Amino acid sequence: MMAAGNAFISGNEAIAAGVRLARPQVIAAYPITPQTTVIERLAEMVEDGSLPAEYLHVESEHSALSACIGASAVGARSFTASSSQGLLYMAECLHYASGGRFPVVMMNANRSVALPWNIYGDQRDSLSLLDCGWIQAYAEDAQESLDLVIQAYAIAEHPDVLTPVMINLDGFVLTHTYELVSVPDPVDVDAFLPSFQTTNRMDPDHPMSLGFTAGPRHNQAFKQLQHLAMLSSARVIRETEARYGEVTGRRYPGLVEAFQCDDAEYVIVTLGSVAGTVRPVVERLRSMGERVGLLRIRYMRPFPEEEVRVALAGAKAVGVLEKDISFGYEGTVFTNVNSALTRSDAMPQRLLNFIGGLGGKDIPAVDIESLFSRLKAFDDEATVTFI
Amino acid sequence: MGDHVERRSPVRDLSDQEFFYGHKGCPGCGGALALRLALKVLGKRSFAVVPAGCMSAVGFIFPQMAFTCNAIISTFAGTASMLSGVAAGARALGLEGVHAVGFAGDGGTADIGFQALSGAIDRHDKIIYICYDNEAYMNTGVQKSSLTPLGARTTTSPVGSRLRGAVTGKKPMFEIVAAHGIDYAATASVGYPLDYLRKIEHASRIEGTSYIHVFAPCPTGWGHDTSETIAVAKEAVDCGLLYLAEFVDGRFILNRDPGEFGSVRDYLFRQGRFRHFREEDLEVVISQRDARWERIRREWKS
Amino acid sequence: MNHPVRNTAYRPPSRLEDYPVGTAFPSGHLVDINAAWRSERPVIDTERCTNCLVCWLLCPDGVIRRTGDGGLEIDYDYCKGCGICARECRFDVIHMQKEGS
Repeated sequence: MMAAGNAFISGNEAIAAGVRLARPQVIAAYPITPQTTVIERLAEMVEDGSLPAEYLHVESEHSALSACIGASAVGARSFTASSSQGLLYMAECLHYASGGRFPVVMMNANRSVALPWNIYGDQRDSLSLLDCGWIQAYAEDAQESLDLVIQAYAIAEHPDVLTPVMINLDGFVLTHTYELVSVPDPVDVDAFLPSFQTTNRMDPDHPMSLGFTAGPRHNQAFKQLQHLAMLSSARVIRETEARYGEVTGRRYPGLVEAFQCDDAEYVIVTLGSVAGTVRPVVERLRSMGERVGLLRIRYMRPFPEEEVRVALAGAKAVGVLEKDISFGYEGTVFTNVNSALTRSDAMPQRLLNFIGGLGGKDIPAVDIESLFSRLKAFDDEATVTFI
Repeated sequence: MGDHVERRSPVRDLSDQEFFYGHKGCPGCGGALALRLALKVLGKRSFAVVPAGCMSAVGFIFPQMAFTCNAIISTFAGTASMLSGVAAGARALGLEGVHAVGFAGDGGTADIGFQALSGAIDRHDKIIYICYDNEAYMNTGVQKSSLTPLGARTTTSPVGSRLRGAVTGKKPMFEIVAAHGIDYAATASVGYPLDYLRKIEHASRIEGTSYIHVFAPCPTGWGHDTSETIAVAKEAVDCGLLYLAEFVDGRFILNRDPGEFGSVRDYLFRQGRFRHFREEDLEVVISQRDARWERIRREWKS
Repeated sequence: MNHPVRNTAYRPPSRLEDYPVGTAFPSGHLVDINAAWRSERPVIDTERCTNCLVCWLLCPDGVIRRTGDGGLEIDYDYCKGCGICARECRFDVIHMQKEGS
């Protein structure tokens, strides 16, 4: 099942295939829709012996990440997956893993957060946790999902990084949608991703004390080091993608994917699978002579400030389309993009924030077209609108 | 001086190594003693997991590291889950002869840590979970936990005209973990250290999950002299408010029947947290003790 | 050594580069002593001591050491003066003395 070669699999199954190739030694996860098929496929792989990992049936998401941290703390590579309510239940442990510099990799199925209850995809869960110290990537399709898992371990475990990585897939739209995916050969992946080696661990031969207290005198230094490591990860991400490209033939474009942005007057900025709807709209409008573009942010942390400025320089109007809202203000992606652009020499004349897709609300192509129209219209409209 | 010949005994044979040294625990801390003795038995290939609480707060203040073996602080709720992860990681890495041992307080065990503990027992993860029971959230300033005994004064169960200390009694953790069908469980007291050492030793050989509930007086929170910790811990057993027992191969074993009980009155009134007790409060405690022992004597093997 | 010894050469990190990565540091590293906590100190009458080891067993701080030739000594750097050893000694061989007397 999902052996090397082409496979017609879902986003979740692609994650599982990538995890198997990455060879984690400990998997601890708790089921939550729409992540469940990831951990089901992994359980089958463990059962049939193709994934020789310790699989812990933990009794909560908090325990899932706590167990992964424990495993990482003795030097074992670990993996977990969650979504929405579960991600928030383990939120304390997210900070714990990043502060402790444990390179855990987690898949998060982006799903709306209660209340009201909703199992469908939006990005409020992960975007409300941007500050927790995890590297955050957003996949557009199943191929990228698989490739991100393997690259994530290389990035996370790099000695200049030692930071956990969260890979986000839009709930149902990506997690449960089937595509043709190229599954790399395990031999190639093993050459690309060696076994996990770290000094940040408990060792029977060199006893260490981990997870300690640091008071007012020293605490800030640890946090600053964490921040600097996350900034360094941008370089490591690019280097890792270059190496991965040599192994698989798929070279990813860095922290952002700029599609037709070079001479674009009107650009939509977005994350994840909705980019797959925006792209054909851009192509259609381009064929009619309109200078439009799409900027897909692939990593929200570390935030690609410079790449955003470069891609949007000279644009007349930019619309940030996102599936979240920071209540009482604006969308979080917008806040991040806007902040980067305030330090731009060629700041776009208008920045609009389009909030959509909450609770799995559909964003059809015709809605995307109307967003480009609104960007062109320069009407006196509010910065933040729900579409 | 010449060669010194010593008689062998469980005490003499205990390691001279100190695994918990230079810590900032209060003078006379029962929990610190429980931790120190357990690690002497388990040895240097231990991975100690210690949640937020007294033992972590006093043992890991950068750059003063009081544990000399491997040790890690877990989240408050995550002692057992981190232990499960440590054990799984050790197994995956092929590490032999290691112990994943947790030291959590009563709050970190019976309250916030309960769920993770239940899960670890259910999975039969190869861990040793030691609850040092000082009967309140001591590290945060003596607040009531679910293991605070009936009537005890704590900062969140004050004594006034309307309410007189904790209005509920101790959650029966030993029997709860036994009800899970745990591989091994035991109660212990720092007042009976040899019994405690034997139980740690037994737990170290279990291929599965062990739980040891060790009674660990806190002079600071209980209001007794720092020198009295061991005496108080012994008296609790002798007057029957505590029992020394094990759960082995699915059966309860009573290790010690005091026969005639010591004085509950003396035990309670030597501690500041009980000094508000009236005769009727004492009678309630004694009759509860009697009912418990009637059942234990009838149902448990001696 | 069966117990850690204070690292008197330790200097706290002054530059970011001097800090450990992650929250990870070697175990058994001491920079502080606890002597100042106590108002009285235990003194063992070594002549009358029977080496029963009860005090050694019951010290919450582990500061009573076996000297290897049948004797016991106390590490006064880390003794907090709780008095458990004096209280539990069966032979009345340990007494608490006021500090500074």
